[in-house]
Amino acid sequence: MFLINCPFCGEREQSEFKAGGEAHIERPKQPTELSDDEWAEFLFMRKNIKGVQFERWNHAHGCRKWFNIARDTSNDQIKAVYKMGEKPTVK
Amino acid sequence: MKNNYSIFSLIKNAFSYHENWEKAWKDPEPKKEYDAVIVGGGGHGLATAYYLAKKHNMRNIAVVEKGWIGGGNTGRNTTIIRSNYLWDASAGLYDHALKIWEGLSQELNYNVMFSQRGVMNLAHNLQDVRDLKRRTHANRLNGIDAIYLNTEEVKKFCPIINTSQDIRYPVLGGTLQRRAGTARHDAVAWGYARGADEMGVDIIQNCEVKGIKRDGDIVEGIETTKGFIKAKKIGVVAAGHSSVIANMAGLKLPLESKPLQALVSEPVKPIIDTVVMSNAVHAYVSQSDKGELVIGAGTDDYISYSQKGSHDIVEGTLNAILELYPIFSRMRMLRQWGGIVDICPDASPIISKTSIKGLYFNCGWGTGGFKATPGSGDLFAHTIANDEPHKLNAAFNLNRFVSGDLVDEHGAAAVAH
Repeated sequence: MFLINCPFCGEREQSEFKAGGEAHIERPKQPTELSDDEWAEFLFMRKNIKGVQFERWNHAHGCRKWFNIARDTSNDQIKAVYKMGEKPTVK
Repeated sequence: MKNNYSIFSLIKNAFSYHENWEKAWKDPEPKKEYDAVIVGGGGHGLATAYYLAKKHNMRNIAVVEKGWIGGGNTGRNTTIIRSNYLWDASAGLYDHALKIWEGLSQELNYNVMFSQRGVMNLAHNLQDVRDLKRRTHANRLNGIDAIYLNTEEVKKFCPIINTSQDIRYPVLGGTLQRRAGTARHDAVAWGYARGADEMGVDIIQNCEVKGIKRDGDIVEGIETTKGFIKAKKIGVVAAGHSSVIANMAGLKLPLESKPLQALVSEPVKPIIDTVVMSNAVHAYVSQSDKGELVIGAGTDDYISYSQKGSHDIVEGTLNAILELYPIFSRMRMLRQWGGIVDICPDASPIISKTSIKGLYFNCGWGTGGFKATPGSGDLFAHTIANDEPHKLNAAFNLNRFVSGDLVDEHGAAAVAH
């Protein structure tokens, strides 16, 4: 458990939020043109990084808005919070 | 040949104050080259090595473990063993394991304290009742013992459960698998380690894998903190860290690693002689031979390798425990811990070859791998030795995420993931 600084509401407990998994996975523009392998890659395959990971979160029990977080999954420290559509500010 | 453990060896060693027991396994330095290397010295990895040596006569093999054997999820789970899964493929897999459990202590000459005290799954709403009845029928068609209990029968089987109908999640019924139960988790790892060591398997602890070397699509060996180890075949059984190893080989897996928590109470006199699992409110409880209540909580929502868990998850589980077992209201909890579980999108494991020749993965066991330890090791050994899956693990290949032929055990397995 940790605190998340919602870009819209400020710092709240993690239990107010819903984790949305790995960020920046773009939905294919033409799914019908993908091979089964490519579709599986989009749908199921994940980096599941131990280290700094970019991920989506939703403030489910607050403003209900989606945003992105860069978080070190080895110790749960949040390195950056940034809005949807923005680029991460850390590597 | 190791000395047999028996009542006579116990008496004999008592005369020397139990100071001269021979070591159960050696602590060797890695050789330069092996026919096969197993990455991960938990129960599954050690079982794999044991069956590779025993059934497939591969003796030039090693198990590398970054910490100490059995120190990961093998030593962190709630030791529940059952095989009452819904789908045919899962039923085959888990019942194969359960059948090995039934003779394991004898086979290993090591008491794994397998106790068939039964596992009861509770239903708290109408859909639970339907699902559990359906699963009971499916189990019986697959030759797995299962019975459905109504509320009175639940109360009779486990009298301390609160079956009052005016609680938030009343008990409407349940299922019972009598052959199910628990085992001593450490003993499983130690027993397999001792057995594998006796057949010449090198068990190398404090040896972390840092890289996987490949020549095109063929695996060559592993870089470790104890140097490079050449190997024709590499079987990865790294649980929550499977993706980390896969990324070293340039592979991606359909896994997410999350913390799963458990906790134990102070030890008390015998109060619950079975295992009770409640899917809907997510509360699992049994009692260890030491007398502690062993309680399983849920996974966190987010990916993490921190081996901790969130407080609110424990709080939710204990709320449910207190409602179902008011008698525990003044119990104090002694210890809480987390393990990192690797969860597949369909909540079923992967025991599979990969696109790289000689590299095999056994992962995705998620929240329920302990019960499968002997079966998983047996089938993974078969897959590695023959470069082909056994018919029991054929359905659990990596390609199912491409073909769409998933084994969807979310909820169907009588447990919330």
